[in-house]
Order: sequence, then structure tokens, then C-alpha cells
Amino acid sequence: MADDTHLYGLMAEFTSSDALVSAAERVHQEGYTRIDALTPMPVHGLAEAMGYDDRRIQKMILAGGLTGAAFGLGLQLHVNLIGWNLNLGGVYLSGYPLNIGGRPLVSLPAFIVPAFETTILFAAITAVVGTLALCGFPQPYHPVFNVKRFRERGAVDGLFLCVEAEDPKFDAARTRDLLQGLGARGVYDVEP
Amino acid sequence: MSSPHPSAPPTIPVLGPGHNYASITDKISDIVLQFRAPIRWFLGFIVGFSLLQGLLLAIYMLLFKGVGVWGINIPVGWGFDIINFVWWIGIGHAGTLISAILLLFRQQWRTSINRAAEAMTLFAVACALLFPIFHTGRPWLAAYWLLPYPNTMGVWPQFRSPLIWDVFAVSTYGTVSALFWFTGLIPDLATMRDRAKSKAGQFIYGALAMGWRGSARHWQIYETAYLILAGLSTPLVLSVHTVVSFDFAVALLPGWHATIFPPYFVAGAIYSGFAMVLTLLIPMRSIYGLQDMITLRHLDNMAKVTLVTGLIVFYGYMMEAFFGWYSANEFERYMIYNRTTGPYWYMYWTLILCNGVMPQLLWFRKIRMNPVILFCISIVVNIGMWLERFVIIVTSLHRDFLPSSWGMYQGSRYDWSFYLGTMGLFLTLFYLFIRVLPMIAIFEMRMLLGGKPADKEAAH
Repeated sequence: MADDTHLYGLMAEFTSSDALVSAAERVHQEGYTRIDALTPMPVHGLAEAMGYDDRRIQKMILAGGLTGAAFGLGLQLHVNLIGWNLNLGGVYLSGYPLNIGGRPLVSLPAFIVPAFETTILFAAITAVVGTLALCGFPQPYHPVFNVKRFRERGAVDGLFLCVEAEDPKFDAARTRDLLQGLGARGVYDVEP
Repeated sequence: MSSPHPSAPPTIPVLGPGHNYASITDKISDIVLQFRAPIRWFLGFIVGFSLLQGLLLAIYMLLFKGVGVWGINIPVGWGFDIINFVWWIGIGHAGTLISAILLLFRQQWRTSINRAAEAMTLFAVACALLFPIFHTGRPWLAAYWLLPYPNTMGVWPQFRSPLIWDVFAVSTYGTVSALFWFTGLIPDLATMRDRAKSKAGQFIYGALAMGWRGSARHWQIYETAYLILAGLSTPLVLSVHTVVSFDFAVALLPGWHATIFPPYFVAGAIYSGFAMVLTLLIPMRSIYGLQDMITLRHLDNMAKVTLVTGLIVFYGYMMEAFFGWYSANEFERYMIYNRTTGPYWYMYWTLILCNGVMPQLLWFRKIRMNPVILFCISIVVNIGMWLERFVIIVTSLHRDFLPSSWGMYQGSRYDWSFYLGTMGLFLTLFYLFIRVLPMIAIFEMRMLLGGKPADKEAAH
């Protein structure tokens, strides 16, 4: 076990995405929890094979869109309804009600367009910022890049499965045997 | 899926034969990472960069002297600025259509053209935005004329005005297009980071890729977010040109006040946008030898979309004429009469030739499969769509209700210099884009190959 202490984990390379998915599934079934697969393109079913089912981003985007709708509509109602002066510490929030040919101050059909646009805008910004946040980006350093083979092929055609040493079931020798038994074409140490 | 008709021509694959993950990656990333650009790249860039100088001159003169240097006057107070704004915004729409709507419809052929088309969208929106910003004459004040922000004067925009809707629609469109484009780039920036030879390249691409490593957990989040972004962009892009058409349709002017405007403007936007994608990509695939990635199948499909949207646009022209006659309104009738036979008759009939007659050639497969003819047709379509906006805007304005207020309009030399200058800006940005970023989405091309990263590379 002393050998494990300086390792971040082990990384195995596979030659097809089917092999990678079945290997990931197998390692997951063996009871490993701190595993990750690294591929140059999305492989459908891979995250699910490792038991990952992350649905937070959908909810975040929905919340962002609803916030945008409330903001867009609220802004227009505020501007058209608040006739008095509102000075919040130098920030003037008074509205500017305009009577245009006797039309109602709250002209909802006309307010649809800006409210729709802010809905989309807030939802889209949430989608991108939320994705980066959930992925932990920007991330200047990650141990997987210490593997030379991954640096060379990881963004081209390499399909990798990484088991972290932090995993309670991790044992350098036995995990290596397991990965090799699953048909890996190479198993590499990942320096921390 | 229905089986093809026995006499149907064979389907061309969306990716040429003999490719594997490594060859795709090399081919696309080498365009950027190899040191020398082809001589034809320099020629294109020089043309764009020269035209760009005209834009700088026009902006200088405008800021120095005011909007009087433009040809606008009463009765035509909206001239080249709105014509060119609508023209550029329309061109941008094809990029979003290709990247978002075709993604939702799972059209695989979008894969090799979506990146370049999205870049085209961004640059077209940038060019379009110059017109409303600079038509204010004092763009440094435009912020509080256009955007709602709490100010000491207590003044806010008028939210019942289509012009303010336009500000919201176009600024949202520009922002979302940039976000969508950047999100799509992240995995490819990681590829560029790992393949760059120079320290500076590794650092810049590395910083932009933000540590992307292709983790399956990240892909799961990423793909969901990307699909939802596509779903958000789809109603957005339809709303943008609808709102642009409201700029006219909400007014009471004959020639503008028409309920057909929103669908007809959206179709026109897609029509001109696909033409611009063809104008850009046909030379590009030849300069960089990308015929096996941007295949004749892509050109064929884009030509078909151009044909269909062109027919919708032509239907719009016919309906405008029909409404003018059927309205039994003196001013509506005169508007159509003046458009077709008045002092700008040649504009109208050239427009019908460009957008009504020429696209009919695209019914023929031989023409859709011929890049040179297709390129020529795409230029004709671009000209036609510019004429369409000229005809709608100028011929409706120049002779309105009172003959005593009639007048004529033509662009001044600074109008032309500004307009050609935005083309220079567009070309310059596009040529720089293909020099520094992968112009085809590498990771999506890998997905076209399925799960076997080939075998040549993996074997050694």
C-alpha cells in the first residue's frame, strides 16, 4: 500500500468505445466509486455505465430562464408603473411612465418581446456558466495530464478509464490486474 | 426510413472514405497549427483588410461631420443604415439555423459546416450592430438611448416601440450566438492545446479550453447544456427576424404595414444566410482541400434549403403585390404601382430576377452539384436580398401620402464606403477565424465515425 501514496490513480487505455463502456460498467460493478472515463468525443451511455446521472444543469437552466422572464417583465412593469422618485444610495430607480395615445401603462402584448428575450438570455448564460461551474472550470491543473500517453492521444483518439487512488477499493496491484483483465491496451500510473 | 427510389442518384456520404480519428484531427488542426497559410488565404485576407479601411474612413467622417455625410434626408430618413443592418442580421440567421435547428432535427450533414456558419453568424451580427450604433451619430451616448439602466435623469426606453424590441432581440441574439459558439469550441480548444507545438499556442489554447479533459461526467453535462442551448436558440433566431420585421410592420406606411412580414422576413433571412454560407465555404473547401469533409452532399443540401426559402420569399413578393391590389386602398395600390414602374423600377425587377428567377436553377441536381455555378448563384442571391431591403425601405418611403413631400434617395460615397467596409470587417474576421481556430468541429466529426478510433493509430 505504501506504493499507492504517491499515485493519483491508474489509467487504462481502450481501443473501442464499446470496450470502454463495458470496462467502465464492470469497474463500477466491482464497487469502485471514484472512477472517470476520458474520451475525445462524447460516448453515449458511458457516464451512465459508471453510475453518474447528473441532472442539475437542466434545473439550473430552468431557474435561469424563469429569473429572466421575471426580470424582463418586472423591469417593464417597474418602468411603467413607478412614477415617484426612488433614490437608493445614489442609484435612481424611479420609473418613467409614458402615456402614448392613451394606451394602458401595462401594455402586456408589447411587453412580451423584451420579456421573451431576457428569458432566453438568462437561460443561455446560466447554461454556459452553469456547465463551467459544474465541471469545475477553469481548472488550471489536473493530474491526468501527467500521463504522457494521455497528453498525446487524449484529445485525438485515446479512450481512457481512470481509477483514483482515493477510492476505498483501490489497490495498485489488484486494480491494475482488473483493468488489464478488461482488455486495456495499456495501464499507466497517474502522478498526483 | 423509406427506401430511396430505384432511379434515385446514390447518396454521397457526409464524410469522405478513409478517415479515422487521427486523420480528422490532424487535417482540421493542421490548417491552424501549420506555420504557413496558403497564398489564396492571403489574397482573401488582403481584399477584406483593404475594404476594412473604407469602414474606418466612413466612421471617421461620420463622427467628425455627423449623419449629414450619409444620403438620408426627408422623406427617406432610413437609408443604407437600416438596409444594411437587416441584410447583415439576416445573413447571420443561417448559422444559427445550421447549428441549432439542424442539431435538433439530428441532421448529420450539419456537422462539418456548423462551426464556420456560427462564426459567420457572429461576424455578421457584429457588422449589423455597427449600423444602429453609428446611425445615432453620437454612439457614445447610444447606451442610454437604447439600453434600460437606472440613470440620474430617471429616463427609460419606450418598451412599446419595436425599435427597443429590436435592441433586446439583437443584443440577446449576439450574446447567445457567442456563448453557443464558444461552448461548442471548448473540446476543440482542448485538442488544439494538446496539439500546439509552440509555448504561446499551448498557453492560449490551454487558457481558453479551461482544463477540458474529456471526462465522461463533463460530457454528460456538456451535451445536455449544448442541446438545451440549441433549443433556446431556435425560438430566439425566429424571434429576431420577426422583431426586425416589426420595425416595419408596426408602422402604418403602405409597403411596410403587412402581416406577412414576419414569416417572409424569417424565410428571407435563412435564404440569404445559406447563400452567404455557400459564398464562404465553396472557396474555403477549395483553398484548404476540404472536399472530403464539406462534400457535394453539403452543397446539395444547402442549395435545397436556399431553393425552398427562396420560393417562400418569392411568394412573399407576390402576396405583397396581391395585397396592394386587393386592399382597394389608393395608397397601397400606388405603392405597388410605384415599386414596379416608378423611378426605382429597375431595382424591383432586378430583385425579382435575383430572388424569383435565378433560384429556379436550383431545381436541377446538376447545378446543385456544381460548386462554381452554385457560388455564382449565391452571389446573385446576396445581391437580391440587399435589393429586397432597398426596395422595401426606399420605395415605400420616397413617395408617401402627399405628392408635395415626394423625393428621391441614393447612398452617398460614405454610405457605400461604410457598407463595403463592413464586408471588409466580415471577411477580415472570417479569415482570421480560420487561421486561429478549427473551422470544423473536430469532436463532432469524430462522432460521425462511431466508436472505433482506428486502428492504425491504436496498433502501434
